[in-house]
Amino acid sequence: MSQTLIDMKNVSFQYEYTQVLKNISLKVEEGDFLAILGPNGSGKSTLLKLLLGLLKPMTGEVQLFGQSNETFRNREWIGYVSQKSNAFNSGFPATVEEVVKSGLTKKTGLLKKMPKDANFKVIEALTSVGMEQYHTRNIGQLSGGQQQRVFIARALISDPKVLILDEPTVGIDHENVQSFYDMLAKLNEEQNKTIILVTHDVDTVSNRISHVACLNQTIHFHGFKKEFDTISQTQLDNWYGHSVRKIH
Amino acid sequence: MIEAILNYEFLQNAFISGLVIGVIAPLLGVFIVVRRMSLIADALSHVTLAGIAGSLYLSQSFSWLILLNPIYLGIAAAVSGSILIERLRRLYKHYEELAIPIIMSAGIGLTAIFVSLASGFNTDLMSYLFGSVSAVSRQDLWIVIGIAVIVIVFLFLFFKEMFVLAFDEEYAYASGLPAKWIHFLFMLIVALVIAASMRIVGILLVSSLITLPVAASMRIAKGFKQTIIYSILFGEAAVIIGLVSAYYLNLAPGGTIVVTSILILLIVILVKKIVLSSNAKERGAVK
Repeated sequence: MSQTLIDMKNVSFQYEYTQVLKNISLKVEEGDFLAILGPNGSGKSTLLKLLLGLLKPMTGEVQLFGQSNETFRNREWIGYVSQKSNAFNSGFPATVEEVVKSGLTKKTGLLKKMPKDANFKVIEALTSVGMEQYHTRNIGQLSGGQQQRVFIARALISDPKVLILDEPTVGIDHENVQSFYDMLAKLNEEQNKTIILVTHDVDTVSNRISHVACLNQTIHFHGFKKEFDTISQTQLDNWYGHSVRKIH
Repeated sequence: MIEAILNYEFLQNAFISGLVIGVIAPLLGVFIVVRRMSLIADALSHVTLAGIAGSLYLSQSFSWLILLNPIYLGIAAAVSGSILIERLRRLYKHYEELAIPIIMSAGIGLTAIFVSLASGFNTDLMSYLFGSVSAVSRQDLWIVIGIAVIVIVFLFLFFKEMFVLAFDEEYAYASGLPAKWIHFLFMLIVALVIAASMRIVGILLVSSLITLPVAASMRIAKGFKQTIIYSILFGEAAVIIGLVSAYYLNLAPGGTIVVTSILILLIVILVKKIVLSSNAKERGAVK
């Protein structure tokens, strides 16, 4: 039986006077490839911050790997890939290799040297995202999609069990989105990584995804991709207003 | 000149501390620049000046304080300034840069008050403003070396965490690193380096030795480690050329060091342009 990796129970959150999330209950099982779909302002980023332990829920509880988020120490089990656009300045003088290697920082521990096989792991991680030939390039010289892959490699290098991606396809050319999803699906299938991605764009909810959750302040739907496909546009409009369009 | 350095203690003090600062200022400068904190260094240097002016004033009023090296109050002011900047940055989350003018004007304002309270300073204050070859004492030198040891040990211990924090702050927090603490220590170290550099390049020009070599290095370096190495090389070159010319031309070393750094920066930018355009031509010719 697969293990429940993430378990949000009745989680609510508000910033000062604005309620952002209401009674969120969401379970993610090992091996899931879940897309959380929500328009801007639906509370996506807040949900991610709660998962990452950057925010504490007002009510309810977040459990990671069966432990309460507050006492959870194995952060390296969760690989986080932030939204590329606001995460770093593209002129940063670092090579792809240096960026990916920095993903080992937490796992290595304070006051300890990087492991001897770090460089080997860098190449391994870059290979699994198809970027090994770029390892000596400066990160700023790569395209948005390539940078995104490098950041995934940075998350993969510490061998996380879960990958969390915030709007991963923003900044990727439309024609490259499919191959990007193929790569994620490969990580999901071959390396058994549980993947959670957050997106505002229903188009990017590709067929490679196994589960979909519809978020707008609360979880309106959470189930298999197949079930999601049967949801009517009218129903989506009810949840999202008119900001999410399904294209068939 | 080498003979003069061997003969005169004050020249030894100036040169050795210059060489040490030529390493630590650009070394820390790389982190300061990539984190877009260059102006914070400037603000802190003005706060340091307030500490120095305060110390000079106090030693005028209380004669027993004359033995107190003004650098200590300078360091204390810089450290409290760095803590205040952090506080203000958190208070004005959406206007983080507001902390800089607040702290900077506080520093200059206090300096102005101390200067006018004291019935006129001798040349001392000038040497703090623009640096001096002759004013570095043996005690100053030891303080500079002590600070350099602290900086290097800190970076040696926390290099990988500092890199993550510099590259992607959000990721640093999300991956559970003690980012807050490391950032706090970093700010303290920045304050120390500013206080150390001030004796040679002067308060008004401290930030130049922190930022200019890095600016030149970033034009040509590949990767982060290379950026650090080139920054230190450029920093050392600026300090050596600057100090030698200051000695021979009888100028304030702050001025000569900064002008040298700017020349280095210009040369690097120019050379890079020439190399790029000749590369482009070659590629054009191949086609």
